[in-house]
Amino acid sequence: MRQRTEIQRHFLDPCAVRRVPLTRPLVTGTLPPFLAAGAFFDRLLTPLETLSRERSIFRKTLLAALPMLLAGCGTGPDWRTLRPVSDFGRLGSDVYGDLIWWTLGIFVVVELLLLYALLRYRSRRDESGAPSQVHGFTALEIAWTLVPAAILFFIAIPTVRTVFVMQGPPPGGDPMEITVIGHQWWWEFQYPELGFVTANELHVPVGRTVNLTLTSADVIHSFWVPRIGGKRDLNPGSENRLWFTPTEVGQYHGQCAELCGTSHANMRMRVFVDDSATFAEWAAAMSAPAAPDSAGAMTFLISGCAACHTIAGTPAQGKVGPNLTNVGRRTSLAASLIPNTPEHLAGWLRTPDSVKPGALMPDLNLDEQRIHDLVRFLEGLR
Amino acid sequence: MSSHATAEAGHESIYAGGLRSWLTTVDHKRIGILYGVTALLYFVVGGVEALIIRLQLASADGMVVGADTFNQLFTMHGTTMIFLVLMPLSAALFNYMIPLMIGARDVAFPRLNAFSFWTFLFGSLLLNLSFFAGHPPDAGWFGYANLTSKQYSPGMGIDFWLLSLQIMGIASIASAVNFTVTILNMRAPGMSLMRTPLFVWMALITQVLMLLAFPAITVAFIFLLFDRFFGTHFYIPTAGGTPILWQHLFWIFGHPEVYILILPSFGVVSEVLPTFSRKPLFGAPFMIFSGILIGFLGFGVWSHHMFATGLGAVADTAFSLGSMLIAIPTGVKVFNWIATLWGGRIRFKTPLYFAVGMVALFIIGGLSGIMHASPPVDIQQTDSYFVVAHLHYVFFGGTIFGLFAGIYYWWPKITGRMIGEGLGKLHFWLMFIGMNLTFFPMHFLGMDGMPRRIYTYAADLGWERWNEVATVGAFVIAVSVLVFFVNAIRSAASGARAVGDPWDAATLEWTMSSPPPEYNFAVVPAVNSARPFWLHKHGPTRDISTHTKEEGTPAQPETPPVRVDLPSPSGWPVLAALGLALMGGGALVGLWLVLIGVAVLVFGVYRWAFQPLERLGHPSFGPASTGGR
Repeated sequence: MRQRTEIQRHFLDPCAVRRVPLTRPLVTGTLPPFLAAGAFFDRLLTPLETLSRERSIFRKTLLAALPMLLAGCGTGPDWRTLRPVSDFGRLGSDVYGDLIWWTLGIFVVVELLLLYALLRYRSRRDESGAPSQVHGFTALEIAWTLVPAAILFFIAIPTVRTVFVMQGPPPGGDPMEITVIGHQWWWEFQYPELGFVTANELHVPVGRTVNLTLTSADVIHSFWVPRIGGKRDLNPGSENRLWFTPTEVGQYHGQCAELCGTSHANMRMRVFVDDSATFAEWAAAMSAPAAPDSAGAMTFLISGCAACHTIAGTPAQGKVGPNLTNVGRRTSLAASLIPNTPEHLAGWLRTPDSVKPGALMPDLNLDEQRIHDLVRFLEGLR
Repeated sequence: MSSHATAEAGHESIYAGGLRSWLTTVDHKRIGILYGVTALLYFVVGGVEALIIRLQLASADGMVVGADTFNQLFTMHGTTMIFLVLMPLSAALFNYMIPLMIGARDVAFPRLNAFSFWTFLFGSLLLNLSFFAGHPPDAGWFGYANLTSKQYSPGMGIDFWLLSLQIMGIASIASAVNFTVTILNMRAPGMSLMRTPLFVWMALITQVLMLLAFPAITVAFIFLLFDRFFGTHFYIPTAGGTPILWQHLFWIFGHPEVYILILPSFGVVSEVLPTFSRKPLFGAPFMIFSGILIGFLGFGVWSHHMFATGLGAVADTAFSLGSMLIAIPTGVKVFNWIATLWGGRIRFKTPLYFAVGMVALFIIGGLSGIMHASPPVDIQQTDSYFVVAHLHYVFFGGTIFGLFAGIYYWWPKITGRMIGEGLGKLHFWLMFIGMNLTFFPMHFLGMDGMPRRIYTYAADLGWERWNEVATVGAFVIAVSVLVFFVNAIRSAASGARAVGDPWDAATLEWTMSSPPPEYNFAVVPAVNSARPFWLHKHGPTRDISTHTKEEGTPAQPETPPVRVDLPSPSGWPVLAALGLALMGGGALVGLWLVLIGVAVLVFGVYRWAFQPLERLGHPSFGPASTGGR
């Protein structure tokens, strides 16, 4: 394992994440109308559910302990999908928490039966001839048809209930609308209510539901931040939706989960769940960016950068590449591929393709002085 | 048994003959061997691709291959393993064993059978030619639109991929027709459907699935072909097309394809477990009906591959519940296999090792499959390494282990020689350990958020440890495959001669010498039970369900009492298949080559159609034989 830098430890170590109390309760699942006709099943299930809820505290404690036991805190796998930091993610991990015990239980029982049969009925030297020729036993067949069916019933109920919650409207009123547009190979985040656009680093305030509208500018991508929750595809020509309410301040790794071409692996993002003061400060800076130094802006224009990139407050209004407003405030560059330092930025400007294979940003053959000027200008945008 | 030992020395010559005899053969046994050898060679090719993938991912920021090469490698690995290894390896066992197991002298359409093989071979060569043309396909074996459009994949890789798969699809449909007819019409007198061996049953279901599934992918490919070659917009969103159409068409084929890949293995295990437990298969009718149910339900669950696509809650629910239902017949199969072992006298031979390994590993793949049936869970797991783990437990743990059980089980029958037990068990243990080392940690990686199909990842994500383990495991698998080839070569060179029935088995293929004579059955066997040869050897029983006395079928006489005529060899199916491949290749070279391909195809089919099935000099055996060969 390589040495982690201090900043990475701060961002990635789950033990370092600060918990904030929820301002309002998490959503609760309700059956859709056509399934509510099964009130009969609900009544049937009530005593069973009470039973399983009491057990589920035990089960979920075990579930939470399992990764810690396997990995310890902060080293090795972080078990991101099992430690959700949003209500949306928790809906999925709760169903997983039910399923994993059913499947582990079935696994242990069936494999033990297999092992027992193998050991118990191995051929011994003193035996000769054939064993009793049993062709079947119908009662047994019916039993091992009905028992799995019954188990599936217990898996299906939380599944269906949760599907309709996850794909229903965002909980509560007044979600923050954000449009996510996938590009080969970077992310565009539009904040229509706040009136600005940014790229590759998504900032959201803790405790407020976010409603994402997902689409793509080229091929199919998939939005995945494992600790926020499951994926949803970004389909060109149509819109998908995904809501979540972040519950823990921190920085979370995300990346594209649908093969989208050469640099699919390099289409990463960072999601910052900020406390409300930090978010307000960030949003204010994005809405009214400091006036850029005009000599640097001129360099940006004459170097050709403005053909693709926008910087608010300058004549640069290109729409093909990521919006670079306040790019100096970002922690990473090239879709979260490299840290945002002058050295890395200079390297990126020098040979984009060697940093991100297939990158659509052209190699502009900039001389070192020009690169120096651009780096100073861009890093100053904060 | 000793009479067989003397008889088979004369039969080893059934594989004699030069290249010409193999090119023009219409014998299902030789075609089976051609399929098997081709598939095992491609198994090495696909395995090497996998090893390079594993080397690249062994550490963070791997530098073994670049992004484009990596995308090409996993595309070719998936396509190779599914279409060039698992399907033809199943086809090898179908070809060789089905006529022998149902008491037939060949398949229904022997020359169509040859055409299927050569079409498959030429198609697979066209696919791999892309390496030499410098542009292998790189959009994944599933080739999602619109990444495969001319705009986003301008190179020839996608064209190679879709044309070769289209050609191989023709081979699959032709062989599906052939084997459906063979199994339904050519069973020995008295072999009712409920007396047909489970392997043949699973083969029949597989053929029906192929017949119904391949047309969907053919349509999908034709749309893609038109988009890429003639400027249509079936999948182009900017022109009003819809990329999601591809996903539906692909998975309407793709999910039944999963059962096309796993059911043959189910069939093998259902033959091997009873033989080595010395008991009949437990609940055989339930095994048959559960297989049919799996095949039927398999057509109604395709969108569980698309839970992240955004189809809406109602569609997700329907496909989720449908997918869960499949767990029931699959569970029935697993329980019946265990019940078959239960109460038996289990002989621990290599085929049994692989069959039990298949059951043990398939359980894991099946259980993770239940998780994928639940959309709230699946949207975290889909397109992550968790799914890579799941599908390899199904296809490697399930299909490969099952097919190796079949290879070891029928090896003496096919080659006439025994294969080493010690090396066989070494092969098993290395493969079993390597397989779990490679694929089990992938569950952890997926749970930790590692997506599939990425050629690189950052060190700070904590994914290195389990990736290292997986890479070590992959090389253990490679060693196990090497052990298998050593074992196979040793057996061919110096293996002990196999008797006709080395395992004391129950079905008809064991009633004849090893390898079987060219005409298979000297006399057409009469069958009146599901275990004809077992009852002959161990005494008749009463069938409790029908209250009829079941009698066995005796071993075959050494020579046919009456003359047996076999269809004559033909080169025209090869020519017709070559014409198809030229048409496919021509699409990448120029119209002139397409037209040559059409001419060759038409000429080949014409000569084939007008060539008499039996002509002077065709092979015949028996008392009135004129000494054909």
